[in-house]
Parts: sequence; C-alpha cells; structure tokens
Amino acid sequence: MNAPAPVRFVAKNMRVDLELIAGMISPGSRVLDIGCGDGALIEHLFRTLNCDARGVEIDMAEVTRAVAHGLPVMQGDADTDLSHYPDDAFDYVVLSRTLQAVERPREVLRQMLRIGTRAIVSFPNFGHWSLRWQLLSTGRMPMTKTWNRMWYETPNIHPCTIRDFFDLCDSEGYRVEHWLAADEAGRRAPWRRAPLLANLFGEQGLFLLRHDRRTHAKPPEVTDPAR
Amino acid sequence: MDQTPFPEISHRHEAFADGLLLDCGVRIAPVSIAYRTYGTLNAARTNAVLVCHALTGDQYVAEPHPLTGKPAWWGTLVGPGRPIDTDRYFVICSNVLGGCMGSTGPRSPRAPGMAEPWGIEFPPITVQDMVRAQKMLVDSLQITRLFAVVGGSMGGMQVLAWASMFPDTVFAAVPVATAPYHSAQNIAFHEVGRQAIFADPDFHDGFYASHGVIPARGLAVARMTAHITYLSEAALTRKFGRRLQGGNTKTPVLFGERFAVESYLEHQGSSFVRRFDANSYLCITRAMDFFDLAADHGGSLATAFRGSKTRFLLVSFSSDWLFPTAESRAMARALNQAAANVSFVEIVSDKGHDAFLLDEPDFHRTVAGFLAGAAEAAGLS
Repeated sequence: MNAPAPVRFVAKNMRVDLELIAGMISPGSRVLDIGCGDGALIEHLFRTLNCDARGVEIDMAEVTRAVAHGLPVMQGDADTDLSHYPDDAFDYVVLSRTLQAVERPREVLRQMLRIGTRAIVSFPNFGHWSLRWQLLSTGRMPMTKTWNRMWYETPNIHPCTIRDFFDLCDSEGYRVEHWLAADEAGRRAPWRRAPLLANLFGEQGLFLLRHDRRTHAKPPEVTDPAR
Repeated sequence: MDQTPFPEISHRHEAFADGLLLDCGVRIAPVSIAYRTYGTLNAARTNAVLVCHALTGDQYVAEPHPLTGKPAWWGTLVGPGRPIDTDRYFVICSNVLGGCMGSTGPRSPRAPGMAEPWGIEFPPITVQDMVRAQKMLVDSLQITRLFAVVGGSMGGMQVLAWASMFPDTVFAAVPVATAPYHSAQNIAFHEVGRQAIFADPDFHDGFYASHGVIPARGLAVARMTAHITYLSEAALTRKFGRRLQGGNTKTPVLFGERFAVESYLEHQGSSFVRRFDANSYLCITRAMDFFDLAADHGGSLATAFRGSKTRFLLVSFSSDWLFPTAESRAMARALNQAAANVSFVEIVSDKGHDAFLLDEPDFHRTVAGFLAGAAEAAGLS
C-alpha cells in the first residue's frame, strides 16, 4: 500500500465563485472556510496566497477526502461549532453557498464576525427573475438548477434574496465592504451599483462584510479575478 | 491452555542513571526505557515519528513480537510504504514506564544490584510520567523536534500529554480513539479487572513473584472484561453470534465453554497472561484512570493547548463506546478554542475501539494524507 500523494487542486478546476471569493482575500491571512466541502478553496488559498486556511465541513465523507489530501479540515456544524472559537481568531471567515442551509443564519453570521475580522458570504439569490416568474406563473415552488430539490426535502431551508441580505446587514450593523452578483458559473453580473437589478438578474450574491462597530486599520486589498 | 509466562528476554534499551522524578514525588533511578526504531533518521534529524502504544501494547509496533511471534501490532499503519512510512520517517516506539517489556516497571529491581523487584510497591505513575520518560529517550537520540507523535487509546493520551507538555517538540500530533480524560465508565471497567486480580489467591497481595506464581486467573478475567470493551455488539454478533462450540446439542449446559464468544474470550485471557505482568497491568490502568488533562490546567482543556503551533489530527471511530466520538469532538472544540490547527475525522466502522488497530482504509488514508500535508508544511522533502 502506498501513501497517496495529496491531490493538488488548481484554480481553473475550482468552482468559479470560489475564485471570486479568493479574490477578496489578502495574501498571508488566516482564513476559516465553513462548509468547505473537499477543501478546494483552502487548498487554493494555501497554494497561491500563502494563507493559513482551515475548513469545517458537516459531511464526513468530504472531511475524510479533504484530510486525506493533507488539508486541515474538521467535521463540524456551522450552527453549533463556531461558538467554540475565540474572538478574532481569523482575518476572514468564509461561508460559500451554505447560509441558506443553516438553521440560524443570523446567529451564524454573528459568530462569523465575532471569530473573524471579516466575513465573506455567498448565497443563491431567491429573488432571481426566473424564480419569481415560476412562482407567479405556476403557483408552485420554483425548480431551477440551483433550487433543484422539492420543498419537502430541500436542505435550503432559509432562502433569501440579495435585497433581504442587504436589509439583514443593515439591521445587524454590518458594513458591506464589497458585494457583487454573479451567474451560476460565477461570472460576475454587471449590476454592481444597482441592487434592485442585481436582485432580479443575479443568480448568486457575494458579500464581504465587517462589523461596523469595530475599527480596523487596514482595508483589504480586493483583486478582481475576472479581469 | 498453557499459561506459563514467557521467559524474560533482553530488549534494546537506553538507561538513564539519574532516573526520573515522578508526579507522585518519588524519584526512581536508574530508569531504563526499552524501544525499537524503524527507518533512518535524516541528517537534519527532523523526520522522527514517535508512536505511543496502548495499555497492553509494547515497542514492537512494526515487527513480529519476539515473545509471542504474533505480527506487528500496528503493521497495517507503520512500515515501508504504509501511512507512517518507514522509508520516509524514522519511527521510534518505546515501552511505557511501568510496562513489562523491558522498560522500568514493577518487574524491575528496586535498586541496582538488588534481585527483589518493585512489584506492587512500584510508585504510582501518570501518563505524564510516561511522556517524560519518552522525552528523555528522544533527547538521548539527539532529536530536538519530533515531526509527529502518534498513538491510539492510552497511546492517544500520551500524544495529548506530549502536545501539552512539550508543544515546541511536537510538530504534528495524531491522537486516535482517545480522550482528554478517562471516563467514569472506563474507570469502572478497569476496577472490575483490578478486583479480579486482587481476588486471585495467587496474587499474594502483589508479592506473587516471591511465591513463584502469577495471578493468572485474575489477570485473564481482567483481560476478558477489558476485551469486551474493545469490541462492539455488532462486531461480536458478526464474529460469533450465538454460535455454539462442539456439536449442535440443544441440551443446555451450565458450565464449560459453550458459546463461541466464550471460548474466544477465554483464549484472549489465557494468551494475555503469558506476556503481561499483573502488577504492570494494575500500575498502567491506574495511570490511565488518573489522566485528566483539563483538571491539570485549571479545568480548561483549551488552556492546556493555548498558543500551540502543533498541527493536530483527531480520529475517532463511530462504534467505539470506550472512547466515543463525543470525547474527540470535545477535544477538537477545545483545540479550536485555543486557535490550534486541527483536523478531526470520525471513521465509520462497526468494529468498536479495536478499529484503530485493524485494517480501516479510510483511517489509513486519512493518516497518510495528514502526514503528507504536515510534512510539506514542515519542509520535509
């Protein structure tokens, strides 16, 4: 039996929205990726940005795969395990396409911005026109490539729209340092300055947040991977 | 079955004339630590992996046992091309302090030149004492940093103790199927085993050596009890079920070996007494019972690992009820609290606590990958 060499993910194989996320992260920072799956993002951050990136994943098979690739990942649940981290343990806490599936999204966000200086959150936008149209025209729960499970078995128990998310950030006192809407493939949509249009045409929203009541010296360097 | 103890043989060891000051306040001197090594230490002395054995294990981790002739106890994990690859790493495994395979323990003479062994009067030791003894050995090999410390069960306790006592010496730590303290249930099972030994008329209050006997029956029963805790109901059912030995007679028999599981346990007990010393068993089970890492750090497990730069891999097994996943998870959370680098995996297996010693491909892949990642971070080519 040979010890398998760790599989190396490369950026071009990475889900494109992960590339957008990576573009928001400064080199050398401490990152926690919640719902990290097989660890593609943390591998990328470690390889290309020299980050101390770690992951939490609920699915044990994914965790095993990630650790067997040499990545620091632990089995855990966003709803219950974040409270065990100390304040300000990370520069960035990432929650990629997982917010809609947690039990208490608001509490998860609070924990993210307690244990990290900044939070990066991406989620599928329930305000997209195709979902609105399906609901209006058929009177049934929409089914799309993203929202592809029946209402009674979907893990996505807390869908929200880009506008809803702006409202939540507002009421929780989070400053949106950067945001964008993107299509399913992660190509950024051009409605960056128009939240209402983004909410209609963006298939997913991506936000870089920090706590408004805290002060931090250095703004993050935002690079644009779509360039 | 023959229950005569194997003759004592000499083991490769390192002697420390100054001995060791134990947690109980007693200094024992000299101290001998028996050990084995596998693979080659690199020129920079940075590729050493210390493997810590469990309660009844010993230093023969990757080779057939010299007394029993049985295969290496962790041969699936340690060896050439194995997850702990001896072509790549220099593996050290030592017999614990208090053991009976060549390290100083109850069978050792009380003082140099004395024939009389410590026996039952061997001072109480702790898991931390075992680790200090290993540290002396590692120092004597002129290794300033261990690339990894790996162990399961009581070996895992030693790994945790290593990481908390000598954080700068441990680059990566792999505590497997273990816990930061011994639970009440585990202490209870140990106590049943100890009482069985005490109740054996051949025990002679611990001075059985001077009577030329061993408390074979008591030690065998202790082993049988413990062995049940290493398995799971599913594993016992799969292996034995309600199968009867010798014929299909439906007549109930009150005594004697009837069920397959009974003769299996009987065999486990009988073969154990040939290789293990009863006073060692008492001494080591007691050390495990007193293990409580949080209690040693003001009740906070996180404090034990504050500021740790060690990379941790915690592994538990889903059917292990002796060291259940919940205890590994609590450990992982404490390490999170200490902002340590921690990976944590529960391996799905129905083989109970024993799974850590068996062929579990997911476990082996996990250890191999973790060590490969750690080796990269450590700059080991």
